[in-house]
Amino acid sequence: MSTSSGPPRSGLVYSAVGLVVAALLLGAGAFVWLNGAGRGGSLIGGPFTLEDGNGKSISDTEFRGKYMLVYFGYTYCPDVCPTTLNELADALDHLGAKAARLQPIFITVDPKRDTPAVVKQYTAAFSPRLLGLTGAPDQIAHVAKEYRVYYAEHRTGPGPNDYSMDHSSILYLMGPDGRFIAPIRADQSGTEMAAEIAKLMS
Amino acid sequence: MRRSMVLAGVLTVATVGLAQGADIQVEDAWSRPALAGGTGVVYLTVQDVGAPDKLTGASTPIAAEAQLHESFVDHGVAKMRDVSSLPVGPGKPVTLAPNGYHIMLMGLKQALKPGDTFPVTLTFANAGAVGATVTVRAGGSVMGHSDMNGMNMSAPMQHQTTKP
Repeated sequence: MSTSSGPPRSGLVYSAVGLVVAALLLGAGAFVWLNGAGRGGSLIGGPFTLEDGNGKSISDTEFRGKYMLVYFGYTYCPDVCPTTLNELADALDHLGAKAARLQPIFITVDPKRDTPAVVKQYTAAFSPRLLGLTGAPDQIAHVAKEYRVYYAEHRTGPGPNDYSMDHSSILYLMGPDGRFIAPIRADQSGTEMAAEIAKLMS
Repeated sequence: MRRSMVLAGVLTVATVGLAQGADIQVEDAWSRPALAGGTGVVYLTVQDVGAPDKLTGASTPIAAEAQLHESFVDHGVAKMRDVSSLPVGPGKPVTLAPNGYHIMLMGLKQALKPGDTFPVTLTFANAGAVGATVTVRAGGSVMGHSDMNGMNMSAPMQHQTTKP
């Protein structure tokens, strides 16, 4: 029998436990939110299976432990893609030792024309380190969706190959755990790209 | 009498034609390495010291087709649309440069390697056909804003002038 004016001890214990649980949940929620939304996290990127320049199947898991710098484009692009990839190659030079921990990847949004052989030749011209990937249309559609990449044909003439591609033009920096770190603007110099990337690589 | 009039007429037309061609100066025509059968690009600057004119097209023997295009970014999406003409006049040069106006070369008949040169013909509304020689460059970097810090921007840039 209790004669004190305060709440029963069991009530205090329940409240304390409740508060701790709430704090833990809040903390966990904040952690998930920060990783999920604040720095991209699972909102951009994800598993993919594509084809390399030799027609070999490549999975994203091959790049765990390394940063990935991913760019979506197409080889029949006259201006934006060669300009960006040229700067990317320049950025690799400016990154120095850090470049060894970074895998630059070009993924085509035009698998119809960009066969493995075409992609292999195309990327080699910019840098021997640049890995070109293509695949079946559904494989490309899948990875583009994961990276939230918009792409569409824009007809330029009556022939079947008379088209250019409208496409999102951004470099995606992914961490050694495969998770999205940050977008890097494509329309800047290699020096500027390298400076941004170096800061984000730990 | 008639023959000398015809001769005078021919000479006048020829002189006027030459003068119009000489008003247009094409500078710094360059291209990037590209695959045979693939797509190439030409960048250049056009100076016009004569009457206002319009660049309406281009052609080259090394590609099936050449078209004037503009690259632009629309809400994060890179797009390219063809351009029917680009005006040029005294004090108003037109520059074709990365991520902007460019000449797209479709169906390259040969691979382009650094150091290669090839001819291009520009078509102007008034001046007609003006030729230039394009040089393939290995790099041709975009100059970023931070790259320009410390540069003497008041010094004139050196251009390689190609007269038709």
